Amino acid sequence: MRRVILSKAGPDGPRRDNNMRPSIIKWTLISLCVLFIVIMLILPLATVIVYALRQGWETFRDAVLDEYAVKALKLTLLSAVLAVSVNTFFGLFASWAITKFHFRGKQILTTLIDIPFSISPVIGGLVFILIFGRIGWAYPFLTAHGVKIVFAVPGIVLATIFVTFPFVSRELIPLMQSQGKEEEEAAALMGASGFHIYRKITLPHIKWGLLYGVILCSARAIGEFGAVSVVSGHLRGKTNTLPLHVEILFNEFNLTAACAVSSILVFLAVVILILRNIAEFRVKKETR
Amino acid sequence: MYVELKNISKRFGDFQASDDVSFGIEKGKLVGLLGPSGSGKTTILRMIAGLERPDSGDIFIDGVRVNDMEASSRGIGFVFQNYALFRYMTVFGNIAFGLEVQKHGKKYIKERVGELIRLTQLEGLEKRYPHQLSGGQKQRVAFARALAPNPHLLLLDEPFAAIDAKVRKELRSWLRETIAKVGITSIFVTHDQDEAVEVADEIIITNRGRVEQIGSPARIYKNPATPFAAQFIGESSVLENYASLRGFHYVAGFDKAVIRPEFIGIFKPGKELYPNASVEGRVEDILFRGNILEVRLDVGGSRMTAYRSLEDPELHVNERVSVLVYRLFLYNQEQVRLIENDVISEKDSVFI
Repeated sequence: MRRVILSKAGPDGPRRDNNMRPSIIKWTLISLCVLFIVIMLILPLATVIVYALRQGWETFRDAVLDEYAVKALKLTLLSAVLAVSVNTFFGLFASWAITKFHFRGKQILTTLIDIPFSISPVIGGLVFILIFGRIGWAYPFLTAHGVKIVFAVPGIVLATIFVTFPFVSRELIPLMQSQGKEEEEAAALMGASGFHIYRKITLPHIKWGLLYGVILCSARAIGEFGAVSVVSGHLRGKTNTLPLHVEILFNEFNLTAACAVSSILVFLAVVILILRNIAEFRVKKETR
Repeated sequence: MYVELKNISKRFGDFQASDDVSFGIEKGKLVGLLGPSGSGKTTILRMIAGLERPDSGDIFIDGVRVNDMEASSRGIGFVFQNYALFRYMTVFGNIAFGLEVQKHGKKYIKERVGELIRLTQLEGLEKRYPHQLSGGQKQRVAFARALAPNPHLLLLDEPFAAIDAKVRKELRSWLRETIAKVGITSIFVTHDQDEAVEVADEIIITNRGRVEQIGSPARIYKNPATPFAAQFIGESSVLENYASLRGFHYVAGFDKAVIRPEFIGIFKPGKELYPNASVEGRVEDILFRGNILEVRLDVGGSRMTAYRSLEDPELHVNERVSVLVYRLFLYNQEQVRLIENDVISEKDSVFI
């Protein structure tokens, strides 16, 4: 038998009698925010576009379609695709291991995954020099087998992977934790295999989160400068990515070309931003 | 015995979830594992299902030792506490999942799912997703999904916990009837004694990882075997100085007593049935419980709860009343003993 609880009917709660103050605070905060964004983001980005087009459309087109710029774009996209694929793969099994199993050192593993977030990208580049470079311990072995990593494309890809590897797993871990284990247990009890469970139950739950992670990872991979700069060697047309190419143009006082190439990056960023928002919206909708 | 547990123990770190648990369940019975939270009842259920492994002891299902058998080959249907419905599948997809895993033909799956949809009265909801269902509907989908692959044993973890009180009552009798119709041996876990009493053929009371008592609800109610069972079942209050009640004497070795509302009669002064057997008490509080009044009494410093019919003369808070205690459960660390009020039993024997 349950006890009947008669709740006392009362007012919905004290109403805010002073609506003025919150409103003032609200608008002050919003204006500060907008002001900051305009100064720090909109203005610089607009300047880039303006500078890029300053000497006319022709110059802009030449700078963008310049042989080295195109090669740099290709290399950037290649390393981004490779890094994102590797990190997606890693992120999927790392988050799977961390959320679905109990084991010793789980916390340490989770913390280790976050290292690239907190460490300077330059160090990410340096470690590969120290391992694979002329002074590195793996160098004799690599040269003996004719493999070149540092100052070559593999080094760029490795550095990009290093810098971007937490993105996917960081996105998936909380999502998979919120899902819990019960649905998978239910499926396992009915005799479904691990892969079947993953495909039918886990993946539908994390797909938008995964996409979100992949997008963030791509954005970071495309824009990465520090780590890549250390291992690249800045060989035009060979190991130059777009951000590095911008720097070279800038150092040559070719400001218009630098800005024109930059605008490619800005364009990519905007596309990613839009995709990101779509994915984010879906993630929110699904986790509700 | 269809399901049998022998000396099962299970530890999670410092927590002893199961401590030498042994019991058996007959085929076709609907059994309730009843105990407070943390008493190890869900662990027992999960070990039977194969979702946890016992540290020691044996589990038998239909005469076969299943300790090392995969959960999926034990032939068990499991209804999770929060149902764990596959949220990206429709009701149909959820129920069909187990059948698809078993690689049944499309035609068979369609028939079987249709059968279960009718059994669980989910007609018209086949294309809905779990988030579009009410609590009761979700529970029925979980139930249908567990039954679809024709399991021999159905396990339900707190099947009513996530449902609001009103629907819960309906679902209890529905579940009982449906399980009887299907004729499947079933074990469910609950912390709610009303639920266990109402639904189960047999109750297993667990406490601190041990089995306290096994028996039919009526038997456990009338003859609690352990102090815990005496206190846990029914609206029990504990009395320290039971010897101060008229008609009861101190029994060596028993310091405390359990009293239930139905053991107590309340009378207006001068209207007592057995004046010599009654003690004076004061009404502390009166709670309206729909069809009955719950009266909180203070009898010589001891608190007890009694029921009173709405037909009886009205009582008021702070009123002096005459309290008659018919019987008590005396208990100590190990034993429980039922004793009757001396004065009444003597008087009655005179009449006979």
